[in-house]
Amino acid sequence: MTRTKLELTRFPSVKRLLTSRWVPWTLMAITLPVFLLAILTGLFGTPAGSRNFGIIFVWIVWWALLILVMVPFAGRLWCAVCPIPAPGEWLQRRALVQSRPGGKLFTLGGKFPRRLKNIWLQNAAFLAVALFSVVILTTPFVSALVLLFMIVLAMATSMLFERRVFCRYICPVGGFIGLYSQVAPIEVRVKDMAVCQSHVEKTCYQGSDAGYGCPWLVYPAALDRNTYCGMCMECMKTCPHDNVGIFLRAPGKDLQTTQGRRLDEAYKAFIMLTCALAYSIVLLGPWSLFKESAYAVGTLAWWVYASLFLAANLVIVPGIFFACTTFARKLSYNKFSLRRTFVEYAYVLVPLGLVAWAAYTISFVFVNFSYAWQVVSDPFGWGWNLFGTANWTWTPYLAGLQTFLQIPILLVGLIAAIGMALRTANSQGVPRRAALPVVTFCAAFTVGLLWLYV
Amino acid sequence: MNFHLPHGRYYRYLIAVSTVCLMFAAIFLPLPVDAYTPETHTLQINARTFAFEPGSIAIRRGDTITIELEALDAVHGLYLDGYDVNLVAEPGKSASVTFVADKDGKFKFRCSVACGALHPFMIGELNVEPDIPLVRALLITLMGVIGALAFFWK
Repeated sequence: MTRTKLELTRFPSVKRLLTSRWVPWTLMAITLPVFLLAILTGLFGTPAGSRNFGIIFVWIVWWALLILVMVPFAGRLWCAVCPIPAPGEWLQRRALVQSRPGGKLFTLGGKFPRRLKNIWLQNAAFLAVALFSVVILTTPFVSALVLLFMIVLAMATSMLFERRVFCRYICPVGGFIGLYSQVAPIEVRVKDMAVCQSHVEKTCYQGSDAGYGCPWLVYPAALDRNTYCGMCMECMKTCPHDNVGIFLRAPGKDLQTTQGRRLDEAYKAFIMLTCALAYSIVLLGPWSLFKESAYAVGTLAWWVYASLFLAANLVIVPGIFFACTTFARKLSYNKFSLRRTFVEYAYVLVPLGLVAWAAYTISFVFVNFSYAWQVVSDPFGWGWNLFGTANWTWTPYLAGLQTFLQIPILLVGLIAAIGMALRTANSQGVPRRAALPVVTFCAAFTVGLLWLYV
Repeated sequence: MNFHLPHGRYYRYLIAVSTVCLMFAAIFLPLPVDAYTPETHTLQINARTFAFEPGSIAIRRGDTITIELEALDAVHGLYLDGYDVNLVAEPGKSASVTFVADKDGKFKFRCSVACGALHPFMIGELNVEPDIPLVRALLITLMGVIGALAFFWK
């Protein structure tokens, strides 16, 4: 089998850029003030979401960049420049740019509870945000409180625990970025495993004078998926043998193997898929009853909505998929346990979920993007006009043309999902027809989204 | 020129090319549409925070439509995707527009005047039937599913 990977770090300029301590700091020094401005405008600016910098820049500009560009093409690169863990990490290191001797961290250094060393917390955190998302996405004050809570929690965990525990186990955004980063055509990996095996000090994990041990608690030599690599490049800085590189690869390469598949990640795939569908119905559909119920937190209508939303995420969609995998197992002569069949096939939903989110994002981002020009000039909605764009009128970009983007994107995801389903059957050594129930599920989901959008 | 492809790879190239061709055919294939005499409709749409009533409207392609927008509680707009129609109504002062629905498919209409928290999601739908774009999208999907199964089955 040929290795189709191009090492980007073999180019000296790329390597210099990626191993510079100044680059991530500079990018965080840009994203952090923007993030703080989003919080300030949310707390003190206009309550009208469409005129508030916090709402527009976080939930339209940043979200579009994240889901349409960064995650599919650069994996977890956002995590490397994310402002949320930055203050906590700087406190933990007692340094902004340069590393401490031996990569020493100033923290109580507690170990995160073993039972929580998975992404169930992230699943719960995302679901909690998603449940209140109609309020969070549209109410600047609430949105700011959520962002503020996240940054305070990230700082607290940096003080209490080792490294980036918040990013690895708690962040509601990090969970799905990790899951979908497996699709990205880029990866950080060791070049020669034998070098790592003979390297006793393991400076990539322990830290050294050159940098910190992996903030994501990952031993780079064991890295075989993008899911938990935050692309911070610390391992590249601390490896004395120049044995870590960044590679271009075939998209979705991490998903070609069924090894190491887990129930918590499988449920992340279900939650993401279901939320994409739910948002498409509730937020973008013509049914005002859903929107009003989702917005009226605490009312009977909201409780009904919340029950349905949670049931769809945790029971209904996984249940339908479970029925499909039960049938798939029967077609494969019950070769494997139901749990293994269910979990392994669930990863088929990774490309499907990513394209569903892309299609959903396309539906509202372009038509609402012109609000960004207004809030750049008047972030608080106080009547400023810093750059002369505050009074630019709302202009729906690509209105009526979104479907021409959505259809091919959904199709690419469906085809990738079908390929993965058949590959899963193949890797299990069962007849390929066993994948057909899962293929049917994926096709039905895509048809449902097409019906909503086209 | 003489080149050789392994049988399996050749087979897969053939499937991929055939699938793409069939998908393109589904885009341009003339589809049968029932003969229909266009009609004229007047549709009253009430806009309130944050909903249009009715939220979903179905008409036939070729129909002449007059939309009368009534704002019930605040200033609201109605922007119709794909038709570039934009209306703004105030309470007690309705607005209207007449146009021929000459494009088929599903078109969102959305409030074009910031009216509160859920303003970006104040959305309705105009369904101009028959929904040929959906039929084509489903045909393309069917081709894609069959092609993908054939491509990855080996």
